Amino acid sequence: MAKLYSREALEEILRAYREWEDNILPQWLSRMPERQEEFTTLSGIPVKRLYTPADLKDYDYMEKLGVPGAYPFTRGIHATMYRARLWTMRMFSGYGGPEETNERLKMLIKAGETGLSLAFDNPTLVGVDPDDPLAEGAVGVVGVSVPTLVDMEILFRDINLGEVTTNMTINPPAPVLLSFYVAVAEKQGVSYDRIGGTTQNDPLKEFIGQKTHVFPPEAAVKVAMDVIEWSVKNLPKWNPISISGYHIREAGATAVQELAFTLADGIEYVRQLIARGLDVDEFAPRLSFFFDSHINFFEEIAKFRAARRMWARIMKEWFGAKKPRSLWLRFHVQTAGCSLYPQQPWLNIVRTALEALAAVLGGCQSLHTNAFDEPFRVPSEFAAKIALRTQQIIAYETGVADVIDPLAGSYFVEWLTDEMEERAWRYIERIESLGGMLEAVKKGYPQREVEEAAYRFQREVEEGRRFIVGVNIFREEDVEEARRVPLLEFNQEEVERRQKERVRKVRSMRDEARWRRALDELRGATERGDNIMPYVLNAVKAYATIGEIMGVLKDVYGTYVEPPYY
Amino acid sequence: MVTRDYVLDLIEKAGKGDRRALGRLLTILEDVNSETAWVVEYLASRSRGAHVIGITGMPGAGKSSLISRAISVLRGRGYRVAVITIDPTSPLSSGAILGDRLRMQEHATDPGVFIRSVTTAGLLGGLSLSALSMIEAFDALGYDKVIVETVGVGQSETQVMNVADTIVVVTMPGAGDDVQALKAGVFEIGDIYVVNKSDRPEASKTYEYMLFVAEKGEIGRGGAWRPPVIKTSSTLGMGIREFVEALEKHLEYLKGSGEKELRLSSRRKMLVKLLAEKIVVDSLNTIAEAELSKLQGNVEGFYEKALEIARATGEKLVNLRIQ
Amino acid sequence: MSMELTLSRPTTRRKVKVLVAKIGLDGHDRGAKVIARALRDAGFEVVYTGLRQTVDQVVAAAIQEDVDIIGVNQHEGSHVYIARKLLEKLREYGADDILVVMGGSIPVVDLDVLKNIGVREVFLPGTPINEIVDKLLRIAEERRSRREV
Repeated sequence: MAKLYSREALEEILRAYREWEDNILPQWLSRMPERQEEFTTLSGIPVKRLYTPADLKDYDYMEKLGVPGAYPFTRGIHATMYRARLWTMRMFSGYGGPEETNERLKMLIKAGETGLSLAFDNPTLVGVDPDDPLAEGAVGVVGVSVPTLVDMEILFRDINLGEVTTNMTINPPAPVLLSFYVAVAEKQGVSYDRIGGTTQNDPLKEFIGQKTHVFPPEAAVKVAMDVIEWSVKNLPKWNPISISGYHIREAGATAVQELAFTLADGIEYVRQLIARGLDVDEFAPRLSFFFDSHINFFEEIAKFRAARRMWARIMKEWFGAKKPRSLWLRFHVQTAGCSLYPQQPWLNIVRTALEALAAVLGGCQSLHTNAFDEPFRVPSEFAAKIALRTQQIIAYETGVADVIDPLAGSYFVEWLTDEMEERAWRYIERIESLGGMLEAVKKGYPQREVEEAAYRFQREVEEGRRFIVGVNIFREEDVEEARRVPLLEFNQEEVERRQKERVRKVRSMRDEARWRRALDELRGATERGDNIMPYVLNAVKAYATIGEIMGVLKDVYGTYVEPPYY
Repeated sequence: MVTRDYVLDLIEKAGKGDRRALGRLLTILEDVNSETAWVVEYLASRSRGAHVIGITGMPGAGKSSLISRAISVLRGRGYRVAVITIDPTSPLSSGAILGDRLRMQEHATDPGVFIRSVTTAGLLGGLSLSALSMIEAFDALGYDKVIVETVGVGQSETQVMNVADTIVVVTMPGAGDDVQALKAGVFEIGDIYVVNKSDRPEASKTYEYMLFVAEKGEIGRGGAWRPPVIKTSSTLGMGIREFVEALEKHLEYLKGSGEKELRLSSRRKMLVKLLAEKIVVDSLNTIAEAELSKLQGNVEGFYEKALEIARATGEKLVNLRIQ
Repeated sequence: MSMELTLSRPTTRRKVKVLVAKIGLDGHDRGAKVIARALRDAGFEVVYTGLRQTVDQVVAAAIQEDVDIIGVNQHEGSHVYIARKLLEKLREYGADDILVVMGGSIPVVDLDVLKNIGVREVFLPGTPINEIVDKLLRIAEERRSRREV
């Protein structure tokens, strides 16, 4: 393999670099010392003041980068990337009841979003009905309440499921929500081969971050694999899983941990599916990923590029995948919620923009940008629009989408990409030694790592080693500005009342015998260990509620209680 | 202010089911001293013969979940259950995170269950005195089962363990070298051995090993009771009934053989000893504080004076005749 | 960081005991876990009751543990609702002398509402931990001296 730099060139450069360090720098440093003793990325990777070809040394371009659309895919999974098709602008949305969210979806489509993404309320996320005691006060608050098929129908009124793709951030009840979606599509006359979208359905990360877990780890994984298996066989355009690093990151992980743990989760799922007898090339093209885009600009870009290269290698060398699509790391990005603060909230617009830029320079397939009022509440229309327009400005005004992987070749970016890859491999090796990610999660390893990292970060901020504008530097005592942020208002009590009423109505109006039979069959299938999807779909069509379906599953699988400190 | 009336009032209220009062009473017992020693005496004299169960085992063995499961079964049999869970204090800050009760929170609102967390606090005899005093409180207030959960590695925790009526040792499969893990003095103290997390594939190996050792008579406190080995899985809810059965059987054995009285007696002896120690040390500290505060900054003089006080007190105690 | 509280009187526990609570279905526990750890490092006794607790469970735990302070960490939206229920329940059980503080993603506009409901302190994100620790020490001390009278 040909190396990028000739020996002579490298020697010359190294000489010049050393000269610079020995003869030029000292005078500069004595007159004007650097701002900090050490500069590090958020992961703690020390960064030098300057990178040159000498830092890449024996760099093999074809081995490390190649061309977009070919192994190792570092430069992009498609040959034309954004020049042919921009990333999907997919805004995570939902609040109140299906009526409110239907309006919000239509507004966003009109404003130019090119993909839908649903946020569900906490009761839906953990699979309880709106009239469950646990749901009190939580219905419609952080997302939309969807307890029955009727709600799903209302949610997609006037929206043709054959013409949109929808992401659903849902985990333990993924079989239920997918069934809702499929059932509504059927009612709209959309055939299975046209149904497109994603169910997040990534149980392992739920034990590390987000924590909308319900079943214990083994059962949770089994259910998720059921969804994937069924989807692969029935919905050719559906992404049944979105292997997520976002939540792991938001829980406090560093970028390196996010990278490593996400890929480790992916490895575990691939193994699980192979163990079921599926051929890797059958399901791999339908696996998708979901990363965070945080504020340390280059680290994020390096992370995305490293992720593509690592996954391609894992699929090719560990699992022997043959189809090119099996090697693609297709990913959605959300800009970092945890990087946004309530102090001087307008600043969040700037943060989001920079994070979005990093995601685009990193080659994401789909992007959600946070609204500036994210630290307070589900976004107002005003804030959500600004967030969407941010993507549009990047796409249409800045020119960064006109060149594929424009930062490639930057000595710093390539060095950082390699560095992140190396560090991530070490974590993955550790996880392998623990028996894989499922075992590691059961042992509490990633949870502990993430908690430590969160604590460390907090200490760094407190001790003034990490800066956050408006929070620990450039603070403003006047909080009045924050009061003027126009927050989304809706009558939560009214929504809760309405949702409770509807679910009761559904229960009273359905065919009792059919419903009972459907739940019994589901229970039987669950106990036998069959793939539960067809039974859940059947129950959904019999108008069983999410609480009832999840109730059956909880009876059989049990409920997970998180251990205290690890 | 902790007056006699105040405390008696708390005890009365607690007896009627006022959990706030019991919570406050336990706080007083967390730090018994010469002024409050009478409370322990008062409670001990009203003992109703509670079954004190000590549960020990290495961290991660799943003791808390096991206890939570057992509580459900015990409640089903009509018992009132108290749990004292002991969490280690940070050696650096002396603060602590009391997280064991998290696993038992499903029982938080059950009026027949009371759960209290205690830290090791690092005081000489401190833990044992608090825990033992609390046991007296629960006993006097009619809790049938008083479960004490510890990690069993510190000296004070072993003290508490040793005075329980029934000691349960919880182990789990795959805990490294089974032999080593079990060797740490744990073979001698258990009345019941539990292999938790039995849903794990390696569980049968550990279980077989424990059975083998039990058959050879190499575990337990000796005497007529043969410690059973029970397989449980707190996640799957397996073996819990058997575990509770074993607890009940052991209690029967203790009562029948007169051992319960003996264990109660040891517990009381330990309590009195610790109480006495505490009172003496407290008094000594008070005297010392007064004398030594004058010597701030004079390091040598300080040590000399401190030793003098200690010796003088010791002498006085030795020569003390109790009328 | 030492806890300079009055030591010798028997009614006073040596350390301040805080219950860190996550109430409802909110799974974002990063803040709660960071604060629990930080409080431990500052010498507090911290009871952490875990996720998905109801108000009743939290109140029951607070009473059984005889805590000085309940610290609720709320990430999403329902904080006013939860504060109201929590303080109601504490009153109902005669435990409203236990102080309630809140932290998390709380909009500034709700600060007054929460204070009026009876939440003693509200900590916005980004509040330095040392500030939180100091505040908690101070209000715990005040509370204890009030109780001693």
